[in-house]
This record gives sequence, C-alpha cells and structure tokens, in this order.
Amino acid sequence: MSARVLVGVKRVIDYAVKIRVKPDKTGVVTDGVKHSMNPFCEIAIEEAVRLKEKKLIKEVIAVSCGPQQSQETIRTALAMGADRGIHVDVSGKDYENLGPLQVSKILAALAKKEDVRLIILGKQAIDDDCNQTGQMTAALLDWPQGTFASQVDFQEDSLKVEREIDGGLETIKIKMPAVVTADLRLNEPRYATLPNIMKAKKKKIDTVKPSDLGVDLSSQLEVLSVEEPSQRQAGVKVETVEDLIKKLRDSGRI
Amino acid sequence: MAVMLSRSSRQLCNVSLCTFALHKWRCYSAQGQIPSQVLDSFRAVVGNDNVSTGTSVRAQHGRDESVHSCRPPDAVLWPKCVEEVSELTRICHRHNIPIIPFGTGTGLEGGVVAMNGGVCFDLLKMDKILNLHEEDFDVTVEPGVTRTALNRYLRDSGLWFPVDPGADASLCGMAATSASGTNAVRYGTMRENVLNLEVVLSDGSVIHTAGKGRRARKTSAGYNLTNLFVGSEGTLGIITKTTLRLYGIPETIVSAVCSFPSVQAAVDSTVQILQCGIPIARIEFLDDVMIDACNRYSKLTYPVTPTLFLEFHGSECSLEEQVTATEEITKSNGGSEFSWARDQEMRNQLWKARHNAWYAALALRPGCQGYATDVCVPISKLPQIVMETKKDLEKHTLTGPIAGHVGDGNFHCLMVFNSADLEEVQRVHEFTKRLARRALALDGTCTGEHGVGLGKKQLLQEEVGHTGLKVMEKIKTVLDPQNLMNPGKIV
Repeated sequence: MSARVLVGVKRVIDYAVKIRVKPDKTGVVTDGVKHSMNPFCEIAIEEAVRLKEKKLIKEVIAVSCGPQQSQETIRTALAMGADRGIHVDVSGKDYENLGPLQVSKILAALAKKEDVRLIILGKQAIDDDCNQTGQMTAALLDWPQGTFASQVDFQEDSLKVEREIDGGLETIKIKMPAVVTADLRLNEPRYATLPNIMKAKKKKIDTVKPSDLGVDLSSQLEVLSVEEPSQRQAGVKVETVEDLIKKLRDSGRI
Repeated sequence: MAVMLSRSSRQLCNVSLCTFALHKWRCYSAQGQIPSQVLDSFRAVVGNDNVSTGTSVRAQHGRDESVHSCRPPDAVLWPKCVEEVSELTRICHRHNIPIIPFGTGTGLEGGVVAMNGGVCFDLLKMDKILNLHEEDFDVTVEPGVTRTALNRYLRDSGLWFPVDPGADASLCGMAATSASGTNAVRYGTMRENVLNLEVVLSDGSVIHTAGKGRRARKTSAGYNLTNLFVGSEGTLGIITKTTLRLYGIPETIVSAVCSFPSVQAAVDSTVQILQCGIPIARIEFLDDVMIDACNRYSKLTYPVTPTLFLEFHGSECSLEEQVTATEEITKSNGGSEFSWARDQEMRNQLWKARHNAWYAALALRPGCQGYATDVCVPISKLPQIVMETKKDLEKHTLTGPIAGHVGDGNFHCLMVFNSADLEEVQRVHEFTKRLARRALALDGTCTGEHGVGLGKKQLLQEEVGHTGLKVMEKIKTVLDPQNLMNPGKIV
C-alpha cells in the first residue's frame, strides 16, 4: 500500500492543568502554563502509526497550525512514530482567530499538495470542544467521513469504520480518500520513549505559511468574552420535610 | 469497648486488640481542644479558609486505608508553601501541640491516626512540580503531587517514575513511608530513588537533606540525612519537597501470565529467574485462592492454581532473550504456556486481575474488613515461608488470599475477616504476629513496604533489637524533644 496519511495535531493546554480565566475576560491564561498534544490527536497519531507498522500505509505526516511552539507538538508526534512534520506557521492575531474553518482549509490544501489518501484527526480539541475540523475538511475536499471512530479496518480501497453514536455503535463503509476522526476508545496511545525522542530530533519538519497554500485565514467569528462558570453556592440544610417544601415553594421551584 | 487514651499519658501502649479492626467509620470525639487564640494564630498564617475544626473534615483526616480506627485530629490546616508549614510548626512547637502530616491518606498502617489529637497538616495544596531536568533524569515535587500526576506530566519527555505502590499516593508521602511496589525488583524502592528532601523540623527550621538544590547522582558528603527521613513516617520532620530519580520509559513492555501446579513450583521459578540475573521488571505471585477471587470479581477464566504475572522491559532484542530464558525456567518447574500481551490495552487487561486483587479478596466475603500483611524475606527463604503460611491459614480456617511482589521476597496475605466477630479478629491478630515472627526468624523484616505506623512497634523492637531501637529513640529525642511529630508511630 503506498498510501500517505496526514494527521493533524493541535497544541493545547495540558489536560491536567487547572484553567484560569484572564482578569480582562478576553481568554484563559496561557503564559507559563504547560501545553501538550491534544489527547484525541494522540489517539489519531497512534492509529496512523499502527497502520504503518502493519504495513498498510507508507508514510505518516504530522501537521500542526500555530506559532513556533507548535513544533514541539510535531516533535512529540515524530517521537510516537510519524515520519515527517509540517508546521503551518500562524501567529499573532491570525492565531487568535484560528478556528476549525481556517484549519480545515489548510488541511484540505495540504491533502491535495501532499497527495494524501487518508486524513486522521482527533474528534475535537479539549480547549474549544468544537468537533468541526474533521467534518469541514471532508466537506471542503468532498471526501467521505468516518467520525467518532472507535475502530477502523483498513481495506484495499475503503475503510470500515465503527462509530460511537448516541445509543450505540454504527458501522459504515467509506471509500478512500477519506477523513476519519478519532474517539476515545479507538486505541491507547503509546508513550514516547527516550530512543524515539532522540530519533525524532533528526526527522524533518517543513515550515509553510498559509499564504503559500493559498488559504485565507479571515474569520467571521469574534470572541466577546470568556468567563468562569458561576461559583457554586453553599447548600442549605433543613430540619423537616415541611421546611423543605416551604423552601422549594418560596424559591418558586414548586 | 476501646480504651480512650488520655492526653496526659505520654507512655503510649502498643495498639491493643481493641483499636485493631474496629469499624472504621465510628469516629471518636476530639481528645482535647485547641485554644481559640492558637486557632486564630493559625488563621493569621494560612487564611480562614485553610483552617477547619469541622467534625467530618477532622474525621476524614483521622484515618487512612488501614484497619486502625479513626482518631481525628483537633484541627486540620492547609498550608500552601514551606514558609507557612514552618510558621505553623513554630506555633505548634510553642504550644506543645502534636503535628500529623497528611498526603493522600492512602497509607496502610494507621500513620495519620491522631493518637494524641493535635493538628493535621493537609499538604495537598502544595502541588507544584518543580525543576524537571530531563537530561539529568531528576525532578522535584511538592507533597500534593501524586505518582500518576507526575507520570502524566512526564509522559512527553520519555521519562517516568516507576515506584508504584498501587494507590495513587503522594510522592512525598511515599518518601515518608519508604514505599515500594510491583516494580521494585527492577527499579528499587523510594530509598534508592530519593536524591534530596526539603524537611521542616519540629522547631520549624527548614533543612535540605542533601543541600539546597543538590541533585548529584551520588554523594559521600556527611551523614545520609536523606535516607534518615525516608521511611520516618512524619516522626522526625515534615517532608515538603522530594527530589526524585527518573528513568526512561521502557522501549518495549511485554506482560505474561503463567500457571503452576503448586506454590512451590511458582516460588521456585521466581527464585531461579532472579538467580539467573534476568532483569525482570515485575514478578507478581497470586495463590489459588487469590486467582479464584480474581476470576469471580473480574469475570476472568484463569486456571485456579498458583500463578505468576510477569512483566519484561527493554529493547526488542533484550526482551527476546529475557523471555526465552524465563520460559525455560518456568517450563522446567511445570509451568504452563505463557499468555502474552504486548499492546497497552491487552497488557492492562492482563494486569486487571492483579490490580483488583484487594477488591476481589474483599468480595469473597462481602461486609467483611480487609487487612494486608507485609512480610519480606531473602528470596531463598521465600518457598519455605509461603508454604508454612498457607498451612497456617488452613489450620486456623482464615481467609487470606496471597498476592505478592515475590521478586523482592515480599508478599501480602489479604486477610478478610468479620470485624464484629471478636474471636475471628483474635485469630487474625495472632496469625499476623506468627507470620511476622516467622519472617524475622528467616532473616527477614516484618514490614517490606507498608511501614511500622501504629501496629508494628512491638515487632520493630524484635526486628532491630533492643539496642538498635534505643538508637532510633535517641535520634527521635534529638530531632523531636517534645514528641510532637506524629507521636505514637514507630518509636
């Protein structure tokens, strides 16, 4: 199989970090905060690397869109087994406005440029929870999509994708080229080991600009404010059932 | 009824049968009150929100995962930095108030039980991971950092901290109890992996046991203060930072399960594997009672005979060698074919049985309590002690499935008993004493990894000897003349 797979990896605030909202409510605090690869992107990379180990595909390309630090995320993907990386350099205001629509335009352009047969993405990012990039990319390319994948069977020209949906599992068959988005139970990603981290340092990361790909990054969305969820109020203890009913009545609940 | 220890009695008795195995959830009221001006001075240091005298908060902090019944402290404080710990300690020192450090409360020997009341320092708000040096394989952590939190933080660096006592314990707490775990046979215990500690002493002064910021792999500078505090269970000082030695995440991990026709065969295999110098990473033994419990609890179908769970770490090539050599040994002892697992998911499946052992044991007799023994002997004595222990269990009709890190010569009998049945409690108590003495007679120790805590003080004396214990007591007196640091534990 000579297929090339493109995997998108996003640099996000590490899932174990306690998020704090900036006092000016324009966003969350990111300075000095630990960042790492989006957990669903880890699952996507793991799936791609396993396909390569089974010799079903030829090459895994890891892509990340963002500032210089995105290269760290690509290095992690390389340490997990991706063959080479592409860093799409987006910074400043463009980076603040970078959302699923812009990223999917970039991925679609790269997919054509690199002659890719399969795109694997995480189902969503843990910072924005958009769950749109995979779907938009497939639409832009007019490719079939297998989203929320919990199992992927690679066949000659098609994929059998088992999807997690409300109420159970749905299995579909889609022709390649296609877009797959990884759900939690697809696999358990490997840890990057020291020898692989060392090897990854020698693998290539190409840097491109969105303009090189002919992509327009303008956004129709504007973030108005970011706020913390309201503080939990202390509960009230009541002595009797009558008191409870009275309190519920007084607060208009019954 | 339990005997209530009065505050004036400094002569603490060894824990009597009464406190052993009483219902954990019945919590006795405070031993003494802390004067309100002292509470105010605590509030001035840490803020109102970080001082509590609430009943349920104190009860939470008066017990751990052991059978020892709850003895709540008189107040719980949450310092946020070492300066606050130091200031609070000074206040307690001035007013002669006992101090009990608290991490995750996952200890197994009653280490946090406030026998004399006093103040509990809940250190979990100090939860920073500091100074990770990837090239030097070391990192410093505060008490609020647990083992899994550290390993999650490290996952992109290719490094990990392998000491794994089972619970998601605080790393500083693990240092305080000299914890060990399933990986000790290859990576060592806390004793071998702590490079430096920041400790607050009983008078509030702060020391760095190897010097501030020092993290040399080895040193011969002066007395080994680091290892003095490792395992001191809060009786000599409060650990507020630990510098740990890290290891590379293994390139390849392979797990296997092998069944044996007898306990002798399984344990003999273990001894031979180690004597061959095979660098096995985990070698866990489950006896037939334990395997049966695991089968039922986790719905598995392992043959109900003594079983070894093995794990190999290394490069592809070295793994092949290790596995071939190990298989030769197990086959020669009548071991079955190996059940293999390589992928993360399959390995987790395989180890599920072992990880759920505690709950599987408890499920054998729902409603009963559990207690794990913890003896450790030189590996050549392992077959003898396991066989004798099994005979003892049968003779006294006790439920005690065995699971253990046999690679270190350490095994646990997970005693399951009805704590309301005083006669059974008595039998269990005597069994554990016999077991500990059996281990001591074979040049072993009464506690391989859980610590002395409340319940093993008498055994400690038998283990280190009268003179040895006197030296420990002298050290305690020098470092804690007022006996305020977690009194009633160890000495």
